[in-house]
Amino acid sequence: MTAIQRSTLLRHLAYTAIAAVALLAVTYSLAPFRNYQLATAAAYLCATAGLTVLTGLNGQLSLGHGALMAIGAYTVALSQNRFADAGMTGNGILLASLALGVLAALLAGLVIGLAAARLRGPYLAGVTLAVAVAVPAITTVWAGVFNSDQGLSVYLEPPPAGLGYDFPLEQWQAWLALAGALLTMLLLANLVASRFGRSLRAVRDDEVAARLSGINVARTQVLAFVVSAACAGLGGGLLAVLTQSVSPGAYSLTLSLFLLIAVVVGGLGSLAGAVWGALLLVLLPDLTHSLAQQFTLSPAVAQRLEGNLPLAIFGLTLIVVMIAAPGGIQGLVRRLTRG
Amino acid sequence: MHRIARRGLALAACVTLLAATVACSGDDSGSQKESVPGVTDTEIVVGTHMPLTGPASAGYSKIAPASKAYFDYVNANGGVHGRKITYKIMDDGYNPANTQQVVRQLVLQDKVFAILNGLGTPTHTGVLDFLKTNRVPDLFVASGSRSWDQPDKYPGTFAFNPDYTVEGKILANYVKTTYAGKKVCFLGQNDDFGRDSLAGVEKILGADGLAAKQTYVVTNTNVAPQIGAFKAAGCEVVMLSTVPGFTALSIGTAARLSFKPQFVVSNVGGDLKTLNRLLGDAKGLTEGVVGANYLPMDAQADNPWIQLYQKINKDYNGGAEFDGNIIYGMSVAYLFVQALQAAGKNLTRDGLIAAVEKGGFKGPGLAPLRFAKGDHSGYGGLRMVKITAGVQDFFGPTYETDEADGPVKEYSESPAQPPANGIPTA
Repeated sequence: MTAIQRSTLLRHLAYTAIAAVALLAVTYSLAPFRNYQLATAAAYLCATAGLTVLTGLNGQLSLGHGALMAIGAYTVALSQNRFADAGMTGNGILLASLALGVLAALLAGLVIGLAAARLRGPYLAGVTLAVAVAVPAITTVWAGVFNSDQGLSVYLEPPPAGLGYDFPLEQWQAWLALAGALLTMLLLANLVASRFGRSLRAVRDDEVAARLSGINVARTQVLAFVVSAACAGLGGGLLAVLTQSVSPGAYSLTLSLFLLIAVVVGGLGSLAGAVWGALLLVLLPDLTHSLAQQFTLSPAVAQRLEGNLPLAIFGLTLIVVMIAAPGGIQGLVRRLTRG
Repeated sequence: MHRIARRGLALAACVTLLAATVACSGDDSGSQKESVPGVTDTEIVVGTHMPLTGPASAGYSKIAPASKAYFDYVNANGGVHGRKITYKIMDDGYNPANTQQVVRQLVLQDKVFAILNGLGTPTHTGVLDFLKTNRVPDLFVASGSRSWDQPDKYPGTFAFNPDYTVEGKILANYVKTTYAGKKVCFLGQNDDFGRDSLAGVEKILGADGLAAKQTYVVTNTNVAPQIGAFKAAGCEVVMLSTVPGFTALSIGTAARLSFKPQFVVSNVGGDLKTLNRLLGDAKGLTEGVVGANYLPMDAQADNPWIQLYQKINKDYNGGAEFDGNIIYGMSVAYLFVQALQAAGKNLTRDGLIAAVEKGGFKGPGLAPLRFAKGDHSGYGGLRMVKITAGVQDFFGPTYETDEADGPVKEYSESPAQPPANGIPTA
């Protein structure tokens, strides 16, 4: 047995390095808009991966991950703009802002997680739902800080001068987001394979049995929430950097539900499923839009379809996947390769 | 071995997906032979973002189809300098996050020549920097925020509507002279729209001239607290800086609370037919509502512009219900064709911006268009309108003013006549 096969950490590091090189090459061959989509998918991946750990591996349902992303995004926006006002710019500052975003989401996750560990099933869903619904209200009540529905713009440095003046901003953004996503995946993959990962699954499968085996159930659940929230915070922060703006509309209840649908359709319980989910979140609206453009529809019908069609297709996909492949896309892939 | 096979298949799937995307994006750049994005010898591709769905879609969703109908009319008559105009309409649902996405799609993927008439203050504010970075002309934004008039910061962005501060001053001037001594209150959207309007109103009425001020957000469709506060404060005149849905909500909520103030409504939220559709059976509530406008109105059956627009609406827009949104959409399209004509046969992005900055456009508007080097604001004034016996029509003179402390004064020049074939020439 080689060292790579024996050590999980080494194996994951090797996978990450290969993925990083491949993705780096890909960003050079993509047009700016595709790079932007890739970056968006990477940002979503941070959140869906975190949600997979929480829901798929620990059995806690969260309808509020959009709100946790919002916390990360608003923190990044406020911190970037504060630093820029103070005359401090540069990509080191951006990293600091992202770290602050992760920290803020992590703290929020701790608070929600403490409450969540005492709740089960629909009650837990209710609490996290309340968090998601509260975001627009919070931005409205403290409009002086969050600027209500209009939201904030996010100061973003142009790509480092060393890359040349013509270097596309979208490619730089893709690098930032992919770095964040790869880091998240690496950390989560190790976490899932560790003793803590086994505790997560034990708690999901049977709390009493887990407790009998000496696992502190409440602590495990809170920790799972904290980890998941930190990932969502990073995803939200990256999304803010990509769009250079944050507004409550971007982090509505719909986003929270979409994230959940994405991890379920992708394949609950495996990190690869989170990748499928993140890709779907970006590609499905795009596909439906180009699909709708293929048909010449009367203006009234086109108007009714536009904007609503992706929602309908997402819902239909969920239903079809639940019936045809309850394990999600990743489950399907697994079944096909096994046969 | 199954594990390896599985991993292999997943990797292969990913690579195929990526290869497909690369191939697709390769096509995009391959078909781009011209040096000017979105312009060929036979076509000009222009894009816009509009609320076709969502809280602001009422009324506004008709604007872009009307502009498109006018372009179709121009295309059927030979286009502009031999080029046909293709108008790509994207729905953003009045959600700033979606606007980011669809405008990137228009500029980076569809490679539009310009963005025309992107609608909304909160939505369009978010894409100003992106459009500037990509040097995309950003013409005739469908909103009256003062942000569009910053030639030094955003050299490619031009307004269309009179800015909300100008409008606020003109409306407040009417309120001050007509309802002297009455208690005046103000409801505004909680963004630059409401804030700019309020600034204009307070310039005329004074900083303490309003008895009560309230705001709303489009994501919360309950305005009972705000209207209730107005009733409690004893307001006699209520000024609304609201999108049509919220004008209707405010008027309806007031009626439910048996509160009957005089409503004075911003132009963007005051189109009678749009309000009627929203209010349904309660449409009688709009009786007596005062507002302002700067484009001809559908009540003016003998206005040559209205006759032209009605004809185009019938032939190219499927005979949609003719209201202020259609007049607005076609007027924007007319101005855009004027700008294209002025930019000449050799069309470039810089050339178009220079042509608009040169100004001197005469069209359907009652007030002057102010475009000049160093001034990217749109129409500079409005005329008061009132709903009487279910008909919304003008009264009194047209007023003009500036967004600073200049006086509100009458503007007497009469609007231009449309060209015989309805298409402007260079």
